[in-house]
Amino acid sequence: MSLDKFSALTSRTMVLPQENIDTDQIIPARFLTTTSRKGLGKVVFYDWRYDEDGRPKNSSVFNGVDPQTHRILVAGSNFGCGSSREHAPWALVDFGFRAVISSDIADIFKSNALKNGLLPVTVDEKTHAKLLASPGAEVTIDLETLSVTLSDGSGTTFEVEAFARRCLLDGVDPLGHLLNQLPAIEAYERAHA
Amino acid sequence: MRPQSLFDKLWRRHVVVEETPEAPAVLYIDLHLVHEVTSPQAFSALDERGLKVRRPDLTFATLDHSTPTLQADASGRPPYATKDAEAQVRTLIRNCEKHGVQLLNLGDPRRGIVHVIGPELGLTQPGKTIVCGDSHTSTHGAFGALAFGIGTTEVGHALATQCVLQRKPKSMRVIFKGLPPDGVGAKDMALAMIAEIGADGGQGYAVEFAGEAVSALSMEGRMTLCNMSIEAGARFGMTAPDEKTFEWVKGRDFAPKDDDWERALAEWRRLPTDDGASFDREVTIDATNLKPMITYGVSPDAAAPVDSRAPAPETDSEREAAAYMRFNPGQPFSEIAVNRVFIGSCTNSRLSDLREAAEVMRGHKIAKGVTALVVPGSEAVKRAAEAENLHRIFIEAGAEWREPGCSMCIAMNGDKGAPGELVVSTSNRNFVGRQGQGVRTVLASPATAAASAIEGKITDPRPYLSAAKEARHVA
Ligand code: SF4
Repeated sequence: MSLDKFSALTSRTMVLPQENIDTDQIIPARFLTTTSRKGLGKVVFYDWRYDEDGRPKNSSVFNGVDPQTHRILVAGSNFGCGSSREHAPWALVDFGFRAVISSDIADIFKSNALKNGLLPVTVDEKTHAKLLASPGAEVTIDLETLSVTLSDGSGTTFEVEAFARRCLLDGVDPLGHLLNQLPAIEAYERAHA
Repeated sequence: MRPQSLFDKLWRRHVVVEETPEAPAVLYIDLHLVHEVTSPQAFSALDERGLKVRRPDLTFATLDHSTPTLQADASGRPPYATKDAEAQVRTLIRNCEKHGVQLLNLGDPRRGIVHVIGPELGLTQPGKTIVCGDSHTSTHGAFGALAFGIGTTEVGHALATQCVLQRKPKSMRVIFKGLPPDGVGAKDMALAMIAEIGADGGQGYAVEFAGEAVSALSMEGRMTLCNMSIEAGARFGMTAPDEKTFEWVKGRDFAPKDDDWERALAEWRRLPTDDGASFDREVTIDATNLKPMITYGVSPDAAAPVDSRAPAPETDSEREAAAYMRFNPGQPFSEIAVNRVFIGSCTNSRLSDLREAAEVMRGHKIAKGVTALVVPGSEAVKRAAEAENLHRIFIEAGAEWREPGCSMCIAMNGDKGAPGELVVSTSNRNFVGRQGQGVRTVLASPATAAASAIEGKITDPRPYLSAAKEARHVA
């Protein structure tokens, strides 16, 4: 299983300004009984998009955007806090997102996102505020140069853990990397038996 | 050698390949706990590549999240919430059979919530690295273990290689100074800590909890505290092992025996943080001032003393939270009506938690119109509680006594609140809809939850606890 490569992306943003958007918002627990990774886009942010009878909420920004043209999610700080469910990035990717920008992204979510071709981008407060204030803005994210650029030319740089970046750029599979370490793992086991 | 922290020692002992600028460390895992929700796709990933579980002897599975807490019907079939829930349970059973992984199946007297059964069976031990596809894996850190939650892809990595790729996090020490007053327990300490450092305050850190108040906690209390580390954003939470820790582990099913025990003990005694070890960040909390805590928002850091008032929201997110919770600024929490109470979850479903709740409930009835659910963390907790007749206290008070599982902590097995209801819950997350669509969750200790059930309002448990204490003295 090799990952989809990711190098640069230009797309419009969808903005969810709320802070502390937790994984129960991204995908409510009642949808976690699946045994597949696929098809979760239809339940992403379900309770934000639909009312208790399953009717689309007019107030939801989700119901006004086309996931094909809005592939960047801009969210309030501490995005993805809460559980370790990888269903959260699976659902976001299945919906159409390829990147999430926030001023602060939770550790486990970040790690899970990177393994699924969803790029977590942490930016400074100023850039964050500007992005939050301009829903639908066209933004370019370049993983080669680690830069985020707005259409007015302003922008900033961001960091991605080096190994995860290589996995995304070159389509390297982390499990393959680990399997290559088996001799060292066996030696460790012998020494600690 | 430079003084080292507990975390440094745990980390160093498990590095198979050192981290470099290009790649994270390869970290060896001593115990991999598995449950039905985050494992199916990991097992499929193995199957797709024709890989086997490398160390089934270090892998241990249980059923807890999607499993019903109502008893099986006459035909013996558990009342699953949905077909998918049942399929998920069956998938884990099949995967464990296929890969030779030990499973605590339904009906097994040792089954329970993954973070309750690990310590109970003596699988959780000082010095171990422990992972699970579950963010509350930090619970096991209470034993001086390096325990952390991982995603499903990493569950696959751990199954296939018994290792995960991990960069060394920064270190933080949270010191609780002095002893908390009567009626204030580990859950209150946890909520106070999260309120202090924020829901993202521990992001990127491994946190060691230390200080007099932490040493004074029972093992159960330390588990409650470490459990909630992730609610402050920290994947790793831990406390130093001591005599209480060793006492807990000794004699349990999977604990080392005889000579092995002596050897293990000698090693474990070397684990605590050396004097003079340094941390990237240190936070001190005065335990002597703490009060019973509750949450009033939709993030666990929105916590305040139970005897205070709802604060005025300041940011947009806080305004949204206040609107969802329907708390008016300045309103005393003691005036807020409660619809439902949940006592359970890997935070507070162990025997000591049930004793605490029972102490408050004994001889009382829960308020009219309030429903209360008491869900023991494991079959063993259930048996022990029943042996002490705690279940009778709950049932006589009007609460329901259920089979073990995660239940209303995550509300994916059918146990949930109704839209708009206010639930006082001993679990760990007050997120919007966590306990059912539109449900408003107030996190609290078992004593506070029990007292709130009796009064039908958010209630300070201290008068109940001191009355119970007095009654004990008289008796
Ligand atoms: S009790 Fe709640 S937090 Fe604990 S493992 Fe179960 S769902 Fe997760």
